[in-house]
Amino acid sequence: MLTAENVHLWRGDRHVLKGVGFSLSPGELLHVSGPNGTGKTTLLRVVCGLAQPEEGIVRWRGESITALGSSFFEDIGYIAHDAGLKGDLTARENLSFAARLRCVVTAAEIEAVLAALNVAECADIPARALSAGQRRRVALGRLLLSQAALWILDEPLTNLDTAGAALVLDLIARHVGTGGLALVAAHGELATRGGRTARLELA
Amino acid sequence: MNARTGILGAGLLLIERDLRLAFRRPSQVFNPLVFFLVVTTLFPLSLSPLPSQLRDIAPGVLWVAALLSSLLALEALLKSDAEDGTLEQMVLSGQPVVVLVAAKTAAHWLVGGLPLVIISPVAAMSLGVTPAAMWVTAEGLLMGTLTLSFLGSVGAALTIGVRRSSVLLSLLVLPLAMPMLIFGARATDLAIAGEAASGPLYLLGALLVFTATLAPFAAAAAVRIGIE
Repeated sequence: MLTAENVHLWRGDRHVLKGVGFSLSPGELLHVSGPNGTGKTTLLRVVCGLAQPEEGIVRWRGESITALGSSFFEDIGYIAHDAGLKGDLTARENLSFAARLRCVVTAAEIEAVLAALNVAECADIPARALSAGQRRRVALGRLLLSQAALWILDEPLTNLDTAGAALVLDLIARHVGTGGLALVAAHGELATRGGRTARLELA
Repeated sequence: MNARTGILGAGLLLIERDLRLAFRRPSQVFNPLVFFLVVTTLFPLSLSPLPSQLRDIAPGVLWVAALLSSLLALEALLKSDAEDGTLEQMVLSGQPVVVLVAAKTAAHWLVGGLPLVIISPVAAMSLGVTPAAMWVTAEGLLMGTLTLSFLGSVGAALTIGVRRSSVLLSLLVLPLAMPMLIFGARATDLAIAGEAASGPLYLLGALLVFTATLAPFAAAAAVRIGIE
């Protein structure tokens, strides 16, 4: 259960988040939408605990995320706008490092995820040589291996082809279907595939 | 449900990754070393090559050159990870940031500091330092470069969000490195004069323990602010 109450955040003189609040239960997806510059990414970073709001509180299972600290990070998987891969490492090395930093993962599990995301053929290419869509698929692999209960995705469908977008929506639906939570920022419509979907419009 | 990775495992994993990255870009490892050797050879060329005079300036030259060449590599310690978003992902892994920063510092020293310690006798030899003093210098630099890496991790963490931060980083770190420079150069000086250098070496050890225990916490706090 994730709740945010009355979150206010300023960037210099700009009042970016003006009293945002929502509540998200297991098995639910919250689609954060709104035009560019309305604070979708900022809200996601606040929920991740990466940005501190000036006012308001975010709670995870009833406790403030600032009080939970790193034990909250164990429960979340965040994919930022940028895939967050090391250009000099191959896709496989990137995925293996990110997954193993969190929990014990076998090589077979990593191979299975690479195959499921259709990036097994380019797994040995340095990440800087991958296309934006392929980088995003690798980042999704990190999410799948993270065992996180709460997925926080910033514009997950950008740079993906039709098959890739369908894959992401399927993965989200499966995650939500098994009692996971998903917070997805996307400026357009999100053609969700089942599961309860709530919408939060930022302006 | 798979088991969580322990903090020791996480630290080793990060060191392995950073070493792998360093070997993909060997120039980053070798440039500071070449800088160190070039700077130390400039002095015999510009001053008189009299062995007695070289021996007088050797402690200062060796330690200042080591300090400056360590600074060269410092900017890369956290910056590249902060720029491509991998630092953020590491913080979100749930592993303690202190462990992550300490592991990155250790990896940084293994590719930047340790090679400098190993080639320091070569530079010392070119300045006419006696073999016994070479050992003392290498011992001192072993502790000195490690101290610098820890001090530097705080500076690097504070300047994560600053563009072209190398000058600011030097201004932050150099004053803090002065005690290390004083005791390090003194140790080499005493050893060249044939006296016991254990006093300054012990003090270098104390500085190392002091920075190694406190710097990762300061750097971790700065990283949390820096990635916001």
